[in-house]
Amino acid sequence: MTTHSPAAAPESLLASPDMPTQHQISEEIAEAHRNAADAEARGEHVDRTLRDFAPYRSSVLRHPTKNPKLVDPETIELFSPAYGQRDVAAIESDLTLQHSGEPLGERITVQGRVLDSWGRPVRNQLLEIWQANAAGRYIHQRDQHPAPLDPNFTGAGRIVTDDDGAYKFTTIKPGPYPWKNHINAWRPAHIHFSVFGTGFTQRIITQMYFPSDPLFALDPIYNTIPRQRDRDNLIARYNHDHTVPEFSMGYEWDIVVDGPDATWFEPEEGEH
Amino acid sequence: MSTPTAPRTHEPTAGQTVGPFFAYGTEFEKMNQVAFPHSPGAIVLSGRVLDGSGAPVPDSIVEIWSRDADGEVPRARGSFRRDDHSFTGYGRTFTDDEGHWEFWTRNPGPGDGRAAFFATIVYARGLPDKLHTRIYLPDDEAALAADPLLSSLAEDERATLVATRLPNGYLHHEIRLQGQDETVFLRFAGAAEDDLGE
Repeated sequence: MTTHSPAAAPESLLASPDMPTQHQISEEIAEAHRNAADAEARGEHVDRTLRDFAPYRSSVLRHPTKNPKLVDPETIELFSPAYGQRDVAAIESDLTLQHSGEPLGERITVQGRVLDSWGRPVRNQLLEIWQANAAGRYIHQRDQHPAPLDPNFTGAGRIVTDDDGAYKFTTIKPGPYPWKNHINAWRPAHIHFSVFGTGFTQRIITQMYFPSDPLFALDPIYNTIPRQRDRDNLIARYNHDHTVPEFSMGYEWDIVVDGPDATWFEPEEGEH
Repeated sequence: MSTPTAPRTHEPTAGQTVGPFFAYGTEFEKMNQVAFPHSPGAIVLSGRVLDGSGAPVPDSIVEIWSRDADGEVPRARGSFRRDDHSFTGYGRTFTDDEGHWEFWTRNPGPGDGRAAFFATIVYARGLPDKLHTRIYLPDDEAALAADPLLSSLAEDERATLVATRLPNGYLHHEIRLQGQDETVFLRFAGAAEDDLGE
């Protein structure tokens, strides 16, 4: 049982009003990246992800127009909700075992570590993932893509990181996914990740991609990140040592959360 | 507070939009019940998420994280598996077709003598990365006046961060992603983001 399921929104909400060509979107992406590089060269602050990014049409009315205020985090923002290994069952990290049969598609493992910017492991924190099936179809009721649902695949998983900040999911490689941002718009194959750090400031929701996807340059969502090195950091690495003979292909991806947490401030806590 | 002076060794991972299909991946039971409904001290904190045209945003996630009523930072586990009596401080909810969201929670205490607030994050389809903000309790005017963030803002900006107390003791607060009364959003000192471009 769940607490609060949203009703289906009108499908028109998911289509852009102008349906431009891929060529136009690609030109807009290139221009936005040039503008970001120029601003960085001038010494201006450029966000790691651009919220004002018109090639992603749904963002036009949903991005703030003012710069975020730079603040010192307060104590509560330097802590995070507490989790433990018992909060999630071990089977929840294997998305291929949630039904009576085996899901269709390429079985993979995705494993890595959650670290802070100083390389310290983020221990006992929750990771949640969700993804399309091998045919590129989400189980969500708003997904109208006419690809088949897989009765043996839901596409949602959870895990709590261990003492090394490590995680490992077993799943199916998702397919590319068509959407209505522009004509012939396709998302590169991706897995959504929701991650808690050790401070609430470190909270992140992002997407992991697969190596050598031909759709990278075409995708306005991937390209909301203006710097190539930051985009590269969202791509998992294939690791043959993690591939299991005659069973699954191995991918590796580390997540680095941004910002300080309470441990940097502990000596000062007594002053309050 | 100072910020860490040790050099960073790892480049942070960039955020991405939560997309339209987050519900089945991020929903958990009683996720908006930070406090058990109608238990002593429990209140409803509710509002809407609105876009730049004033239209409701029906596909967003709102998360709150706060001190308990006594000012303590919650360190108890259980936000993911509610036991119906522990206060874990953390909740998540999705907006409905009217952009409405709500939590059962408690009024956070002032803790270290600062103005009390809910640390708040918004995610949405069409929003390329998370947005941090705060929802302050409106009651202690002296604490609000002394707050470092609020006192740095113009009056109209400040108003976007302070909730409205309803006659029944509940709280109401609108989050506007864009526009004339755009909510003040935050980035934090000590983040690598803070150093970019320097």
